[in-house]
Amino acid sequence: MSPLLEIRDLRIEGRSDEEWHPIINGVDLTLGRGEVLGLIGESGAGKSTLGLAAMGYVRDGVRVSGGSVVFDGIDLLNASAEEKRSLLGRRIAYVAQSAAASFNPAHKLIDQHVEAPLRHGVAERGESVEDAIELYRKLRLPNPDEIGFRYPHQVSGGQLQRAMTAMAMSCRPDLIIFDEPTTALDVTTQIEVLAAIRDIVQQFGTSAIYITHDLAVVAQMADRIKVLLRGDEVETAPTREMLEAPKEDYTKSLWAVRGYKRPEKPAPAAGAVPILSVENVTAAYGTATVLEHVSFDIHAGRTVAVVGESGSGKSTTARVITGLLPPRAGQVRFDGETLPPGYRQRSKDQLRQVQMIYQMADTALNPRQTVAQIIGRPVRFYRGLKGRRLRARVDELMSQIELDPATFRDRLPGELSGGQKQRVGIARALAAEPKLIICDEVTSALDQLVAEGILKLLARLQDELGLSYMFITHDLATVKAIADEVVVMKEGKVVEHGPKTEMFTPPHHPYTDLLLSSVPEMDPDWLDKLLAERGVEDLGEAATGKM
Amino acid sequence: MGSLLRIILQRLALGLLTLLIVSAVIFGAVNLLPGDFAQAVLGQSATPEAVAAIRTQLGLDQPLLLRYADWLWDAARGDLGVSFAQANFASFTGRVDPSATVAAQIAPRFANTMFLAGVTAVFAVPLAVGLGILAALWRDTPFDKGANIATLSSISSPEFFVAYILILLLAVVNPVFPSLSSIFPGMSFGERLEKTVLPALTLTLVVTAHMMRMTRAAILNLMAQPYIEMARLKGMRPLHVILRHALPNALAPIVNVVALNLAYLVTGVVVVEVVFVYPGIGQLFVDSVKLRDIPVVQACCLIFAAAYILLNLTADILSIVSNPRLRHPK
Amino acid sequence: MSGWLWTLLALAGLAALAFAGRAGARLATGGAPRFRDMGFGEAFGWALAGAAVAGGVWLWLLPGAVYFRWAVTGFALCAVAAFLFRILGRHVGPEPTKRLFRQMPLTAAFGILAILVYAIVAIFAGWIAPHGQEAVLGAANIVPGGDPAMGGNPDFPLGTDRIGRDILSRLIYGAQNTVGLAFATTLLAFVLGGSLGLLAAVVGGWLDQVLSRGVDVLMAIPSLIFALLLLTIASVWAEGARGLLTFYMVLIIAVIDSTRVFRLARAVGIGIVVMDYVEAAKLRGEGMGHLVFREILPNATAPLLAEFGLRFCFVFLTIASLSFLGVGIQPPLADWGTMVRDLAQFINFAAFAPMVALAPLLPALAIAILTVGVNFVVDWMLHRSSGLKS
Repeated sequence: MSPLLEIRDLRIEGRSDEEWHPIINGVDLTLGRGEVLGLIGESGAGKSTLGLAAMGYVRDGVRVSGGSVVFDGIDLLNASAEEKRSLLGRRIAYVAQSAAASFNPAHKLIDQHVEAPLRHGVAERGESVEDAIELYRKLRLPNPDEIGFRYPHQVSGGQLQRAMTAMAMSCRPDLIIFDEPTTALDVTTQIEVLAAIRDIVQQFGTSAIYITHDLAVVAQMADRIKVLLRGDEVETAPTREMLEAPKEDYTKSLWAVRGYKRPEKPAPAAGAVPILSVENVTAAYGTATVLEHVSFDIHAGRTVAVVGESGSGKSTTARVITGLLPPRAGQVRFDGETLPPGYRQRSKDQLRQVQMIYQMADTALNPRQTVAQIIGRPVRFYRGLKGRRLRARVDELMSQIELDPATFRDRLPGELSGGQKQRVGIARALAAEPKLIICDEVTSALDQLVAEGILKLLARLQDELGLSYMFITHDLATVKAIADEVVVMKEGKVVEHGPKTEMFTPPHHPYTDLLLSSVPEMDPDWLDKLLAERGVEDLGEAATGKM
Repeated sequence: MGSLLRIILQRLALGLLTLLIVSAVIFGAVNLLPGDFAQAVLGQSATPEAVAAIRTQLGLDQPLLLRYADWLWDAARGDLGVSFAQANFASFTGRVDPSATVAAQIAPRFANTMFLAGVTAVFAVPLAVGLGILAALWRDTPFDKGANIATLSSISSPEFFVAYILILLLAVVNPVFPSLSSIFPGMSFGERLEKTVLPALTLTLVVTAHMMRMTRAAILNLMAQPYIEMARLKGMRPLHVILRHALPNALAPIVNVVALNLAYLVTGVVVVEVVFVYPGIGQLFVDSVKLRDIPVVQACCLIFAAAYILLNLTADILSIVSNPRLRHPK
Repeated sequence: MSGWLWTLLALAGLAALAFAGRAGARLATGGAPRFRDMGFGEAFGWALAGAAVAGGVWLWLLPGAVYFRWAVTGFALCAVAAFLFRILGRHVGPEPTKRLFRQMPLTAAFGILAILVYAIVAIFAGWIAPHGQEAVLGAANIVPGGDPAMGGNPDFPLGTDRIGRDILSRLIYGAQNTVGLAFATTLLAFVLGGSLGLLAAVVGGWLDQVLSRGVDVLMAIPSLIFALLLLTIASVWAEGARGLLTFYMVLIIAVIDSTRVFRLARAVGIGIVVMDYVEAAKLRGEGMGHLVFREILPNATAPLLAEFGLRFCFVFLTIASLSFLGVGIQPPLADWGTMVRDLAQFINFAAFAPMVALAPLLPALAIAILTVGVNFVVDWMLHRSSGLKS
């Protein structure tokens, strides 16, 4: 039997600055019936473009410049618009990254669900609604009988993502394209969605292309993995083979990132004064309390990771420490002395001691200032250096962050890559010669390889300069890699805290347990084991292990 | 529904408050006049009796706040005072000729202006919204680019330029329509419409351009939403995508655009009425400004501002009502 | 009612033409995707465009359609001038401007050319104009065209007005007065609204509340109406002194317009204030001066510049409208709005001498060309900045 989908030498270009630039340079892809292919790569690898092209669809400002896409014997690139429309939704379906944006806010979920079956004449409204409820049940949505009759904004993100999967299933398509369906979700939510998607795809024997940047996720979902890099294929292999023995250097380096771990430091001496103490802090925005009785210490030269899902109050804690949000109660002590609550009341030296590195390097650097100006400003401001000595100090800082001063000192942030921008952000913090640096999700906007580079740089700087870090993150892999101590936060409270080794060995607080166990691992059997552990009942007859 | 009603009531209250403050600004501005207001109005040659008479008539001998309260109370009941230009203050006797009241002057003209604005809106709104949607759907085609140049040019041209070109082409060179809109009571609807064609056409051209550009921007913003792409990827036909997925969400921005432009019409009528000598409130306003007929200027200003606030308020409320997040709270 | 019937008939004909044309094209190209996937709406659009072009050609050949031929010729001349100007810009000057000209659409090139020409005329009006703006030169109401047979005079190519002043000279001086005053007014509005807006964004709190609510109230009154109200009062204030009244007008419009600038500057400022680099500067302990001038203002220039262009157009049109209504720039200063009003009656001679009717249209056209030009440039700037973001 011929493969379901066959892409040959596909070339796609995108338009920017009045010119066409290649996005995909001649990629081949074959997908068998009932097969799940994982498509992974960093941002800009062309994963989504390729996924959409598999549906014969390109976005505005993008064009196909060569190759072929054949779906079940139908040449999608040369099919008429009407012919393609009759396939979309019926035989090929799409699950987008942001479910909240991909559901029309003006209609109920069920009305959007039945659209495709009605349009393609697959089912009447009544049976389609019943089928939807059945699908919701299979996807383990709460209240499957009622949830479809709500509007999108009345349903949570993880549930919407499953409702969208149900919608894609409405005509029982042969192929579904999943475009990063869990990227926008918290880890604990992600598990439910991953399990639901995997089970339903298996049950109906649907072929799928699963696009993601997360190796551990793709390991759970795919039979085969294809790695993309800047529009080129790097390698393709069955999942287990790929995980055990990646062939190409690039793939190997991706795998290696997950293995990075810095040696643990000895525990601080008993009775040593911590460099920073957060003592019983309660804070609120208006009437909404966001932090309640938060306390923890950071000792000199150590890294404390503050972990939690979105809305857990970890960034707010940073705002309290820096003085942007004066607390309602409690205090912040630095080196034993109490800091004034608001940053305006703090002395220049107090401000200098605590520096921040931000998540989005794009918004953290003034786009109108050169690298030398950005790094030089704190040097001038705090130490009063000028002229040649200022320049020498900036050059020194730039070599510390491994950017060549001659090449980069006069560049604007817009002319730097994401990783380079983040390095400049680090240099600006270093320029103040602080004792403590607060790193707010500094690697979560970066690709894995670049992120690893930043983590290594931060570790080296800590060793050289004796810095302390408060590391805010939602990514437990990062915590495992670099933390000495961990603070777990949930809904504005500290759930548990202690040294890393303690935190990663049971028993934990139930929430810590949930958080830790939800982080996908590279083991393809991880999800099965986890679900078995948690005692989630498997779906119906077909859900017996992976195909 | 409770929260929706509350929000709407809040907006209404806010609109009323704005109107109140605006009335205070209008009233207060006139009181910035230096020296003796009555003297200034009547000129140096006025007799002392006349000045004294007008002073009592305007209540100038009373405190400012009291006068404002009086004026506001009268205005709320439809009594907008007496026109300086119409009343003969020099021989002021204390008795006011009913035809000299501001209300009597404004009423028929207000109807005329509403007629002009109505005719314009009837043509301009469907035309602009339709063309705007087409320009958005056919983005970057020759049609869109041509429309961009045409609308930009139309927006950039002063109303009187458009008006005189229309007069030149449709009234002088090809005498199809009258260039002067002499409208008087007792005219038939057809005649009235014929006289209104050119001013209405001028306003239509200017307002349509604005409205069309704003509609296009709103629709483009909408068509870039992921749920539109999702609908396409479900195999929906283009017409279905537009009618079922774009339109319900486009209603709020389009209504907003329409209301904003109708508010713009309020200003636009002034110049156009002067060009075509159209007996509307705009022309009365300009004449009164030149004659320094303060009560009429104040009244017209209040009416224009009220219309403007009302339209913006309508847009606000309609966009709240059409927002599913507010209509179906969690 | 026959008019409606004809319209319907024409639409039906166009629809048939569109349908047949599309079918024909499909047949001729063997079903090329271009025509195969063409919607009927698009086909109808092309049919309509074809009909419009045909109508244009017919009108061009019509002997009576003088104005249409003039308009088309003028349009073509503008396009050619813009095209030549763009070629010039691509080959002369420093590399950055050359690159700019290479990416520039024709409309923006036209806009820049128009702005340059107006600036030159405005600055050197005294040298360019053949006569003074107030000089009364004897014969009144000389017909434009300079043809003695028609009642013109070659010394006054655009004729004279009703008290015998040279229209061409007044047109040139108008550039200085109208454009200059509009420019000064916009500048004033920007200094006022821009600085308060940025201040409100940076300081926030009660200052922001007070300023914003105040601006809300002022903006609830349509600007032309408010300007007319205040001008009434100003005219009493300036009793008799015309120069003073013009000065008051500039002040009044600047204040009214600064509310719009305030809104934008505040919005832009707030967008920048929440950026992490501003937070970093605040936490460093930087003072207000550094925050506003080093961190915020450099990032606000692009949107503020675009807004300056739009505001200038708006102010320019407001001043022209007020002058046209007779309460704006006061005589004897030559200005375009007043000229349109004064020369308006010439339009009625269009049927006899097409040139004559141009007299009132020329100053109006002068206003339109500049605002169109500025709008084209701003449109391009906004398009560029939105394109760079994505």
